[in-house]
Amino acid sequence: MAFLTIDNITIRFGGLTAVDNVSLRVDQGEIVSLVGPNGAGKTTVFNMLTGVYRITEGDMEFMGQKLMDKTPQEIVKLGISRTFQNLRLFPKLRVIENVLVGMHIHTHYNFFQGLFHTPAYRRQEAENIARAIEILESIGMGAHINDYAGSLPYGDQRKVEIARAMATDAKLLLLDEPAAGMNPAESEALLQFIRHLKNIGYTVLLIEHDMNVVMNVSDRIYVLDHGKLIAEGLPEEIASNQAVIDAYLGGEREKHAEN
Amino acid sequence: MEKRFGSVKENGLLYVFEHFVDAWKWVFAVVIGAVLLYTPKFSFMTPANMRIVIMIILYAMLGMGLNVLIGYTGQVSLGHAGFYGIGAYVCALSMTKLGWSFWPALVAAGVFAALIGLLLGLPTLRLSGTYLSIVTLGFCEIVQMILKQWESVTNGNYGIRNIPKPVLFGMKLDMKNGGVFYLTLALCVLTGIACLAIRNSKAGRAFMAIRDDELAATMMGIRTARYKILAFVISAFITGLGGGLYCVIANSYIEPTSFVFNTSILILSVVIVGGLGTVRGMVFGSALLWLFPQVFRFLNEWRFVIYGVLLVLMMQFRPQGALGWQSTLPYKLSRPTRRLLVERGLGAYIPGRGKEA
Amino acid sequence: MQTLLGAIINGLALGMAYALIAVGYSMVFGVLRLINFSHGSVYAFGAYMVYFFVSLKVGLFPAILIAIVLSGLLALTIDKVALEPLRRKKSIPIATLITTIGMSFIIQNTLSIDYIFGSEKHGFPSLNLFAPIVIGNITIQSSQIIMLVVAVVLLLILTFVVQKTKIGLAMRAVQQNTKAANMVGVNVNFVISFTFFIGGACAAIAGALIAGYYGIISPSMGSTIGLKAFSAAVVGGIGMLHGAVVGGLVVGVAECLAAQYLGSNVRDPMAFVILILILIIKPTGFFGKKGITKV
Repeated sequence: MAFLTIDNITIRFGGLTAVDNVSLRVDQGEIVSLVGPNGAGKTTVFNMLTGVYRITEGDMEFMGQKLMDKTPQEIVKLGISRTFQNLRLFPKLRVIENVLVGMHIHTHYNFFQGLFHTPAYRRQEAENIARAIEILESIGMGAHINDYAGSLPYGDQRKVEIARAMATDAKLLLLDEPAAGMNPAESEALLQFIRHLKNIGYTVLLIEHDMNVVMNVSDRIYVLDHGKLIAEGLPEEIASNQAVIDAYLGGEREKHAEN
Repeated sequence: MEKRFGSVKENGLLYVFEHFVDAWKWVFAVVIGAVLLYTPKFSFMTPANMRIVIMIILYAMLGMGLNVLIGYTGQVSLGHAGFYGIGAYVCALSMTKLGWSFWPALVAAGVFAALIGLLLGLPTLRLSGTYLSIVTLGFCEIVQMILKQWESVTNGNYGIRNIPKPVLFGMKLDMKNGGVFYLTLALCVLTGIACLAIRNSKAGRAFMAIRDDELAATMMGIRTARYKILAFVISAFITGLGGGLYCVIANSYIEPTSFVFNTSILILSVVIVGGLGTVRGMVFGSALLWLFPQVFRFLNEWRFVIYGVLLVLMMQFRPQGALGWQSTLPYKLSRPTRRLLVERGLGAYIPGRGKEA
Repeated sequence: MQTLLGAIINGLALGMAYALIAVGYSMVFGVLRLINFSHGSVYAFGAYMVYFFVSLKVGLFPAILIAIVLSGLLALTIDKVALEPLRRKKSIPIATLITTIGMSFIIQNTLSIDYIFGSEKHGFPSLNLFAPIVIGNITIQSSQIIMLVVAVVLLLILTFVVQKTKIGLAMRAVQQNTKAANMVGVNVNFVISFTFFIGGACAAIAGALIAGYYGIISPSMGSTIGLKAFSAAVVGGIGMLHGAVVGGLVVGVAECLAAQYLGSNVRDPMAFVILILILIIKPTGFFGKKGITKV
């Protein structure tokens, strides 16, 4: 059984086709990257996968479950969790509380048990806090558990987002530009961490602009441009693919023209 | 400006103050508790002063109720006087028309307000931000209309008179024996404890996640609609209880005009001035707003102008409210949590131990 | 039948005046996404200024003109002094909301200070400038006709300004996308000031019209009517001029009918009953459009 398969998905906003007939596949235990110039529709694919947008056409299946008619909440429960390109932490909550929110769906006590702090509540909270600390420690944020998420520098906020996504007990992590805003040393550490994620059993679908990260960490790469899939393959194949080079250079040229 | 990026500032006045209070919290609790318990016996506690103190406590409680909605969940209600009025009338009518004693009537007040909160919370599924505030505003006006118009039940503009006093273990609680004071105090303290308990539970975190970023909360699997309604229900319940209390505070007499838009704004001001999202702020905000007109009596009518000026200045220079700071204390870990952390070899994360380990 | 028709005519006249207040809420909401709770007190201020200058014997029309300018300036000042700094600081929406509430406290309570105007009611010069028109059993007061005509003319002018002039174009641009408007060179702060001025001026005219109809003013006259006009703006679809007009008329007629047939206690809340019904059925009001959310 395939882990994640996306078959010919399309989404249109009014007249604009943001993602056009895209198919991709992720196997369990892989790190797959989704790259492409700005506006290629990468984040839109994430939004479709996580139920933010309803797809117009196509088919998505995760571990044998159709994703199209599921709410975002149901999709998290199936085991897909994500981070966001434009950082969407809970800024006024502490780092550890952010991760505890990530455990929401696995926190099994009801409102009244929470209100009266029953033994069930105490047991579960202790368990969750310990697990949250373990996750944060693994990503190198152990020293920051008491800090408020909004006060952290960008790079650290991205780490907390990953920690929060891990806390949902997801099997598949969708990371949207995790290295953005990180310095070279930090992004090198992130690279190691993504490998570590793979080693401890996570599957990762990655959107990233930092080609160093992409080429070093990916098992396979998909390239999107203007909503269409223009290439797929192993990192070395993508690096020498003419269509990809054109798309990127074209993208660069447009960027320069804008400036 | 000195700011250690990414870390709670470990110096500064606030840090020193909070750690001092935390270290001596039991002493403070005992002293404040003793003073509060003795309050009705103080010689300067004339009936008028007593009334103000009771109103401060009542509005602290009302503030806590509204705070669940605004401070925790980020939903602005401009019509909490509606729930307050519903609570007062349900309590009063249960006693005068149905002959219930105060205690079940008080519970009925909370539950009924909560039910209405549930009904009013349902539109939040479709409405966002400002529109929700508008609905709550309209809700309060409609409650007002029903209280005035449904004369056969509510006695219309005349209000309800001769509401009996609560009786506890055969003792009548009234203003003279301080019973009303202790009753209000007890309920306010319980409400505060409940709010803190909710804040540190799954539901409280879900509320705050919705406040900070609703989409991200959804992506964490939080059923945002359900939690928004829950916040509405809790908030309405507390406010309804407050209304029930008001029955016994208000000289056994209530009328519709006590539950108007301005009342909603007063409750809202308690929350905002005190410190959004905090329990301590509700007590402070309530005290400030009730004492202000008393202390500045010599300003006559100008005090209401100055009240407005204060609100405006407050929003300019301290929009988080007087006591709305983010705590510099470490995240509270319960005893079972500490034990578990030690078991898992994470003892270094327990505050106070971390530095040595 | 006569009472029905009478109530409707009454409601239409009142509704047009509500529409004049509603445009102030609506336009400010359009550009700032803010419920300006100080607007009702600007309306009261406008009526008081008319009263004050009439008492100085400058004549009714000059008094109204002065009141219009002063109220516009007051609204503009509220924005400049209290709201613009908050926008610059990018403070939370509720801080802005509370600020407008604080401002309304300041204005209303200043009016009610004893040696200013006092908290008691004052008589206001009647706007019944000519004989009432009698058709069958229905009497239409001249103040009602004036109210209707003035409001219609003003709203037409306002529509023209918004649709056909350069400043109107800038207003619409700011409404649609403040950032983009700023980038293409629209002076956003000027547009906002202009919006507040127009809103305040319209409120003053409404104040004169309604006070002239009832013949009475009080410092708190703006609070209930402000909330009602705001409901009218939402009912019609906030941010839109024609929305404010339709909303105002619906609210005006509904409350006159309610007062006629259900009792005077029902009169004021009628606006809110309609408001809640509309918001539950169509949350964006009659003419409102849905915004697109971007992740």
